[in-house]
Amino acid sequence: MSSPRSVAGRKPTAAARETKGWLGANRFLLLRRASQLGFLGLFLIGPISLWLARNGRLEQAWWPVKGNLASSVTLDTLPLTDPYMLLQGLLAGHLPETAALTGALIVLLFYGLIGGRLYCAWFCPINPVTDAAGWLRRTLKIKTSPTPPESLRRWLLLATLLVSLITGGIAWEWVNPISMLHRALIFGAGAAWGVVAAVFLYDLLFAARGWCGHVCPVGAFYGLLGKFALLRVAAPRRRACDDCMDCFKVCPEPQVIRPALKAAGQDHPLILSSDCTTCGRCVDVCSQDVFRLTTRFNRSES
Amino acid sequence: MTDKPDMPANSRRRFLQQSAAAIGGACVLGLGVGLYGNQANALAPTALRPPGALAEEDFLAACVRCGLCVRACPYDTLKLATLGEPVPTGTPFFTARDVPCEMCEDIPCVPACPTGALDHALTDINEARMGLAVLIDQEQCLNYLGLRCDVCYRVCPVIDEAITLERYHNPRSDRHALLLPTVHSEHCTGCGKCEQACVLPDASAIKVLPRPLAQAKAADHYRKGWEEKDKAGGSLIGDQIQLPVRGLDTGEAP
Repeated sequence: MSSPRSVAGRKPTAAARETKGWLGANRFLLLRRASQLGFLGLFLIGPISLWLARNGRLEQAWWPVKGNLASSVTLDTLPLTDPYMLLQGLLAGHLPETAALTGALIVLLFYGLIGGRLYCAWFCPINPVTDAAGWLRRTLKIKTSPTPPESLRRWLLLATLLVSLITGGIAWEWVNPISMLHRALIFGAGAAWGVVAAVFLYDLLFAARGWCGHVCPVGAFYGLLGKFALLRVAAPRRRACDDCMDCFKVCPEPQVIRPALKAAGQDHPLILSSDCTTCGRCVDVCSQDVFRLTTRFNRSES
Repeated sequence: MTDKPDMPANSRRRFLQQSAAAIGGACVLGLGVGLYGNQANALAPTALRPPGALAEEDFLAACVRCGLCVRACPYDTLKLATLGEPVPTGTPFFTARDVPCEMCEDIPCVPACPTGALDHALTDINEARMGLAVLIDQEQCLNYLGLRCDVCYRVCPVIDEAITLERYHNPRSDRHALLLPTVHSEHCTGCGKCEQACVLPDASAIKVLPRPLAQAKAADHYRKGWEEKDKAGGSLIGDQIQLPVRGLDTGEAP
């Protein structure tokens, strides 16, 4: 740490707001929230229009997307299926119909080529929940106990596959808060709120970024899937870095920044770790414009 | 995990410790998930699966809980189980007493299933086996009391095959007939129309149960003499001595 500054207690967005304005300091955050809401909205148009139609306020229900994150049909033609869930089903002993296989292949290709944990940051409905817990934890300055090791999620991913194989059921679906929340919003809730609240409280009180960063095997699956994906965050202007630590404070996976920013173990400024969710929050909060969203082939520095 | 060729010994130790903790944690969580799953797989007997559903164990390996069958159902029969209901969370089911299966001829819920948890080979709804109707409370069934309610029989979409009215002597009045609704397992689809229509308040006298719960299995070595006789074209034990039947041959009541 070459230039010590008195920045320890400040809000991580404060400096960026001064240099780039409020909009510039929240660009990716706003885009992400819009993406999350829009994505959920596509699933909700059908059920809401059905409700309106039944109350006589709409001629006919319209279903742009049917189903939920597990499997869906868009405009009655495009099938999409969660490949992680289908993999568990395969191990549990069921060979699915072509619709599910095609759907899973499309999803595999998308995240495998574009960006694995893009799913976590831009589409997953649990992300706003854990983001809110993280924001509240920072605001209230809650100290958490030691978090479980970051590799737990990959072992848990392996464990869910093994449990599926042994018990002959789709193991993670007994617990998965993502599908419970998504289903709750689209099909009705039951006690699913309890599970979502548990994730929120876990991240708030027990482990910083605990769920998405250490436990969730869905994120681990998409992370591994996007190992060689195209879209990457890079630190091309890393020479301008003033060590303010703002990016580390907001990053959901802070361990991924150092190799690119400080050239630790690598020469190029690309964040290639598959843990990076490509959320772009570091691009937002950096007052020196160090970061940029780019492709894995762009190793240029400026 | 980044490769560090010159990793010092104590960070290697820490790595091993953390890995051990992670593996241990994953094992405990995995075991917990497995055990919890066993319990969470319990299916209430009043919850019936959609037509074409695989046997329950296979169904749970195949169903991704997407709800596309629910959306395909034109009668709002199917629901996805929410957490806390006595049905594996997120899986589709219906409650016959509330909304039975209307047995659509094109069975829209089946082709909607992306994984085949609802078997796409089912194309004739009469071949569906969602459960089996059982006239379970004979003490309250009006037909068993000697009345002509017949509602379960009348509403049956496979009338005169899945449910027939069998005539028996009414021993109470000694001069009337009992017309007893009788379910035939080789034709009953388990749609639940009978259970929904039963005129009794609250619970129905006739209930659709999951087939494994409703049905017994004959022991492998059991043979029915009359069937064997037909197959053999005659009695298997030869002619028997005809004993006189006393009292009846005179035509007089004893």
